[in-house]
Amino acid sequence: MPKNKTQNQRRVISVVVMNESSVLARVTSLFAGRGYNIESLTVAPIPDSDMSHITIETKGNARVMEQITKQLHKLIPVYKVIEHEEMVEKEMVLAKFPIAENLSNIAALASAYNGGIVNVGKEMVVVQVADEPKRVRHFIEAAQRYNPCEIVRSGVVAMER
Amino acid sequence: MQMSGAQMVCEAIIAEGVKTVFGYPGGAIMHVYDEIYKQKSFEHILTRHEQAAVHAADGYARATGEVGVAMVTSGPGFTNAVTGLATAYMDSIPLVVISGQVPLSLIGTDGFQEIDAVGISRPCTKHNFLVRSIEELPRILKEAFYLARSGRPGPILVDIPKDITVETGTFKYPDRVHIPTYKPTYKGNNRQIEKAAEAIKKAKKPLLYVGGGVVLSDAYKEVRALAEKTQIPAVETLMARGVMGAKNPLLLGMVGMHGNYASNMAMSETDLIIALGARFDDRVTGKLSEFAKYADIIHVDIDPANIAKLVDVDYPIVGDVKRVLEKLLPMMDDVNPDRYRAWREILKRYDELHPQSYVDSDTEIKPQWVIERLGELVGEEAIITSDVGQHQMWAAQHYPFDRPRQWINSGGLGTMGFGFPAAIGAKRARPDKTVINITGDGSILMNVQELVTAAEYDTPVINVILNNRFLGMVRQWQTFFYEKRYSETDLSFQPDWKGLVEACGGIGYNVTTKAEFDEALKDAIEKNKVCFINVAVSRFENVLPMVPAGGALFNMMLPPKIENDKEER
Ligand SMILES: Cc1ncc(C[n+]2csc(CCOP(=O)(O)OP(=O)(O)O)c2C)c(N)n1
Repeated sequence: MPKNKTQNQRRVISVVVMNESSVLARVTSLFAGRGYNIESLTVAPIPDSDMSHITIETKGNARVMEQITKQLHKLIPVYKVIEHEEMVEKEMVLAKFPIAENLSNIAALASAYNGGIVNVGKEMVVVQVADEPKRVRHFIEAAQRYNPCEIVRSGVVAMER
Repeated sequence: MQMSGAQMVCEAIIAEGVKTVFGYPGGAIMHVYDEIYKQKSFEHILTRHEQAAVHAADGYARATGEVGVAMVTSGPGFTNAVTGLATAYMDSIPLVVISGQVPLSLIGTDGFQEIDAVGISRPCTKHNFLVRSIEELPRILKEAFYLARSGRPGPILVDIPKDITVETGTFKYPDRVHIPTYKPTYKGNNRQIEKAAEAIKKAKKPLLYVGGGVVLSDAYKEVRALAEKTQIPAVETLMARGVMGAKNPLLLGMVGMHGNYASNMAMSETDLIIALGARFDDRVTGKLSEFAKYADIIHVDIDPANIAKLVDVDYPIVGDVKRVLEKLLPMMDDVNPDRYRAWREILKRYDELHPQSYVDSDTEIKPQWVIERLGELVGEEAIITSDVGQHQMWAAQHYPFDRPRQWINSGGLGTMGFGFPAAIGAKRARPDKTVINITGDGSILMNVQELVTAAEYDTPVINVILNNRFLGMVRQWQTFFYEKRYSETDLSFQPDWKGLVEACGGIGYNVTTKAEFDEALKDAIEKNKVCFINVAVSRFENVLPMVPAGGALFNMMLPPKIENDKEER
């Protein structure tokens, strides 16, 4: 089957880049300029090296995915591009709830998703959860009933198994 | 050695063996210009616009295969250069463009003549650098030249803040570059090449699809040898004209929107495309779902991203065309050329059925006649540049190009205003050649100020203006697809061409008959000065064959066999 006929798929790509100025701009403007999607993006330096690790969650059919990988490779400061197949993926989320909500239920919910309460203030509690992206979505859905006033997601990080 | 950043720039240019730099000074680049003044190793050509400086460096690069160098100031100097960068980027031309920038301390403050040059040029350069310290300047200059010419070539921008050009530091030009993230593949995978060889031996109707990559990789001898040995016919893209040589019996012609009948039919009926440094551009393929339906595809390209970008490829080979063909050629020893005889005969009949032709006239000059006549009069000897429009397509169709680097045009970006400055660059690089810019009455005005440059530096470029008093190519589309509503394409209001060129120090010829054309060209070559040969050509001539945009390659509008557009006039 021709590659452009295949389904749009969610994909996670890791890009290892030289740690230099404007390298992130090169990566993101490539996506913008060629009309590729970015669903989420995370960046951080790789310990003890002069490289950074960028994780991009994207969508596209097989031909688009192949082009994204090749075009990323073409950028001069890009060292390696990994199109993940067998990976461990995690995402973190912080959620803030009014202190008047049922705190023990909130704590129980968070712990069911590998998290817990990380800060208690005068009016608000902050909960942290780190789990697979799909489970993070479920957590956010379930958390709605406790009237969260703010939710911040980190974007995905991934590692080949 | 201790020296200023400005001196380092000059030393790098000298170390790279560059003989000519094109540019335009201004505040942020003045220290570099001060050093240019003091040195004698390379010449600097002051164009009259930064766009022209980059196109001239580009023409220099295309004529020689070496890296072209242009220099501009910050802000408007840089933004004027962007079209030049984009033009070179689309055609993979090796350039190093050096731009001044406001001092480091002013960056980000909206300083006078500050613009984010690396931001703007990111999508139209192979790579770019903003220099942040004098220590990294020698390495960046070295990398810029290396990146420009290696792998798939392209333009590189080096943006240098003014204070860094003043500061002094230690200069040692590196012998080698070390970029761990950049490793172009030149060799080509042996297994893949063997598989491709097997496919060629099994095919009945193979076709060489020859692209501009063959020119860039200097592989024309190998491509000709492959065709010769196997007797496989070939089509050339717009960028590859000259690779096979006009007299080569295996060359069918140019393929694509304005390709000839036999070439486009060959592409549509082949059972094996052997794509060499070509990238399946939409102007070549026409409607993709109808393109080469019966063909398997071998695709040789140095840029993996070109492979399987638009069409599915059966035999991908990432590598330099020349190196790959060096391996492929010996594998062709046992190919019997008779295998493809029937195919060659079919194509020959197609060409006899609808040859590349036009109806000549005794009462007016046909633009195609001018091109053919040029071919007869200067032929192999000349370098031909062009602008963009009908004249460009007629030149590509009718000029007998005999070698690569003889034909210089903006194929990918289609930049009107490219031809004249590119011709100036080519003439500086190859003063032994007659350099002719085939242009239109629209395009030539887009860098007409360069008459002054050409006159000042005694750079005798011959501009042949195919004057149809129209933006002809747009007019042609209006005729075919917009019911002849000639919106803003009528150029009946004309300058005094002879007066214009003479005011700038050149010579003008107004030509209305064939005899006058011959005389004007002869005189222009003798006088050896920049000139306009303004040729009044028939106004409503169309470039044919034509595949309407988005149509299938085999559905061509064909040239008339007799004159039939009387009603237009
Ligand atoms: C800078 C730029 N602007 C606009 C165009 C669109 N365009 C393509 S061909 C053409 C007409 C060119 O007219 P002319 O130079 O007289 O050549 P002719 O087609 O008449 O031979 C135009 C406007 C372009 N290619 N480049």
